[in-house]
Amino acid sequence: MRLELKDITKRFPGVLANDRISISADRGAVLGLLGENGAGKSTLMNILSGLYKPDSGEILIDGERRVFVDPRQAIEAGIGMVHQHFQLVPVFDVVEAVTLGAESVTGPVGTFDRKTARRRVVELSEQYNLNVNPDAKIEDLPVGVRQRVEILKALYRKSDILVLDEPSAVLTPFETEELFGIIRGLAAAGTTVIFITHKLNEVLEVADQITVLRRGRVAGTVLPKDATREILANLMVGRDVELKVVKGPASPGDVVLSIRDLHVRDDREHMAVKGVSLDIRAGEIVALAGVQGNGQTELVEAIVGLRSVDAGEIFIDGQDTTASSPRHVSDLGVAHVPEDRMRDGLIGAMTVAENFILDTYHREPYSRRGSLNAKAIAERAATAVQDYDVRTPSIDTFAGSLSGGNQQKVVVAREFSRPVKLVIAAQPTRGLDVGSIEYIHRRMVEQRDAGAAVLIVSTELDEVLAVGDRVAIMLGGKIVGILEGAEATYEKVGMLMGGGE
Amino acid sequence: MRRVGRALRPAVIPILAVITAFIVGSFFILITDFDNLSKLGKDPVGAITGALGTIGTAYYSMLIGALGDPAKLGAAISNPTPRAMAAAIRPITETLVASTPLIFAGLATAISFRSGVFNIGVEGQFVLGAFGATVAAILLKDQPMPLILLVSTIAGILTGAAWGWIPGFLKARTGAHEVITTIMLNYVAAQIVLFGLRSDLLRKEGSSEPISKVLSDFVRIPLIFNLPAIRLHWGFVVALLMAVVVSWFLFKTTKGYELRAAGFNLNAARYAGMSAGGAIVLAMTLSGALAGLGGSMEVLGTVPQMSNDISSGYGFNAIALALLAGNRPAGIVAASLLFGALRTGGGLMQVKTGIPLDLLFFIQALVIMFVAAPGLIRVLYRFDRTRGPGAEKVVEGGAA
Repeated sequence: MRLELKDITKRFPGVLANDRISISADRGAVLGLLGENGAGKSTLMNILSGLYKPDSGEILIDGERRVFVDPRQAIEAGIGMVHQHFQLVPVFDVVEAVTLGAESVTGPVGTFDRKTARRRVVELSEQYNLNVNPDAKIEDLPVGVRQRVEILKALYRKSDILVLDEPSAVLTPFETEELFGIIRGLAAAGTTVIFITHKLNEVLEVADQITVLRRGRVAGTVLPKDATREILANLMVGRDVELKVVKGPASPGDVVLSIRDLHVRDDREHMAVKGVSLDIRAGEIVALAGVQGNGQTELVEAIVGLRSVDAGEIFIDGQDTTASSPRHVSDLGVAHVPEDRMRDGLIGAMTVAENFILDTYHREPYSRRGSLNAKAIAERAATAVQDYDVRTPSIDTFAGSLSGGNQQKVVVAREFSRPVKLVIAAQPTRGLDVGSIEYIHRRMVEQRDAGAAVLIVSTELDEVLAVGDRVAIMLGGKIVGILEGAEATYEKVGMLMGGGE
Repeated sequence: MRRVGRALRPAVIPILAVITAFIVGSFFILITDFDNLSKLGKDPVGAITGALGTIGTAYYSMLIGALGDPAKLGAAISNPTPRAMAAAIRPITETLVASTPLIFAGLATAISFRSGVFNIGVEGQFVLGAFGATVAAILLKDQPMPLILLVSTIAGILTGAAWGWIPGFLKARTGAHEVITTIMLNYVAAQIVLFGLRSDLLRKEGSSEPISKVLSDFVRIPLIFNLPAIRLHWGFVVALLMAVVVSWFLFKTTKGYELRAAGFNLNAARYAGMSAGGAIVLAMTLSGALAGLGGSMEVLGTVPQMSNDISSGYGFNAIALALLAGNRPAGIVAASLLFGALRTGGGLMQVKTGIPLDLLFFIQALVIMFVAAPGLIRVLYRFDRTRGPGAEKVVEGGAA
């Protein structure tokens, strides 16, 4: 079906979330909807799915005007949403999860007709090459398969228009490729697909047409053949963005971080790091690549003193820190940008100013004889907000209400404001928009050029290849390869990540 | 003005919750007013005006009972004898007396909640603090009074602190959940007091009941007004002072910052190099110390002697207070005054209208329920629309 949104406007108190946005997609076409966080993508899709009512503008399906009062009506009109966060019951099996809320029933009391439902799930799965076992339990399925269950759910409800919200955020490179195959198959069979993302490569690869949103407006609509990454980034951000990480050759100095045959257990007492040895020198960036869950998290926590070490040794700047406390490690000049900034890096219910002193609150000048020095704290926050371009209404704003990019800037500003010898950054750009990614990378390179040793852990191949002077690949708790920047290619690193030769 | 407005903002929901609770409470009065209800068939107008009259009398007598009778106040001004003055201020001073232990217990609870530990053991720490103060006072009873007062207060603080330290230490060391351990320690505290009060050293001469010697014979916190039958003592001022101290500690000191950080997000606190165990132990110990101080003030100032009834559920009321106050020290004081006023005002209401005291617990429970469900209040009074669905997300994006 042909979908058209015309002049959609939606205002929230203080914010014009959608300002006369018009998009359209033909039957069987893939529309890429590109925009930074906060550009209005989610609001627009919530309008399409009947969650919000637009202030003005209209939704046309096959030229016919439709008004959705609630999500049910949108579903009945053939619109299926696959959210970024899956809406699946973990203890259900695939058939149950897919049919939930749209169960086929049989008999006088309306018992669940599992047989019919299962048959239809199998049919759909085969028709669109989704390759889902109908009897598997959701909680046992990998993330990529769960996403296909979500797609099945939409198809089961006879959706002709499928909206995918940031579908690749949780996928490995290989799973993303698979997803693109599925999207092409759906489109070929006549489904209209709206693909929401902030990743430039993805829209260029899979979309038939790309609409870019910026600050609630359509910044431009282009065809992939006419577009480049640079053009799209410019439309998204409103200025030219450096997509490549600009850096000179590394000039490695002395070894700062030295890990010897390290063994670390995870929370369930399973061995997660199995004999890792790695040296990182001053003035170089080592990128640690790997699919999530191969021991990177445990390795990082062990280095910064948050997790006890089973066997092996860690030296930072020549000192044995194998059994050191987090505070001792940080006092040695280690900056740590944790993987999950909202969980580990920030205190959302405290103000921006309070978050800047999270690691130095007990030191002069912030603490004087046990009481906090409000003036010094405010000055510190004002400087950091300025230096790191943190967009916040004030330093007394709760950190939790900032956007992801600005939250990360707060973390990075805090960690880099002490004398730094070693940077440990885990997924430093996850979930950030192009502009913030550029910014964070630049700061990392600055630290390197100032003589710090930098370890960046990332699951994003693009990031690993762009910033790493050397690339180490982790798989199953071991380092399965260390490549010099020049010999690290997309194919080689991707293959090592997946366990190939 | 804007500063005042900002400071009052968090009070909007609790205030509306209180008003709503009283309105709902009046329906309760209405449907239990059988005298008037039975007349509904014969004389509907009379029945309705009669019922409304009951509601009015009930709430007015509650107000007078809690704050004072304007007539008596007038009499005291025109003829300022000690007797008349005492009669005029007795209700309000009784309200303050009733709110004193609530303030201590509320602050104790709030400081633990702020630090992310759920000290359900304030009751036990309060009782044991009072017991510690009693033991010290009786041991020192031949010493000069200021000395007894000082030492027994310190003894009360230390026993309360110790009783808070135990579950804190257990949690930090072994991960034992403080909710379980503090509830159990409440029982242990009650039994310790019962056991102790049966000893000859503490028990009142000639009594077979577990009540202590009459402390007020040899030690008593000085009264604020020297008027007949006015019980208000300096313990109330100490309570207000503690609210200021707790506020200063939480928001202006390094340790307070540490506790709040650990309370909001223990992970981030650990990542920033703070000691999670240290924060837990400190929070529990301070919480217990405040409860213990409250217990000492109660036994040394308000009641004449120690018994197991020293706390009429203050530690548990404190949980509701902390919720109502959003764990803010100033809010704790305000909420304690409200609860204290309900307690003292209810007596007169019962006398004047025959409405049982249970109405007050009904209203208290409604207040807490409405505070716990702020969405309900927002819908009822149709305000704060910025919090509609999705608004949060948009604001987040807008800041980018």
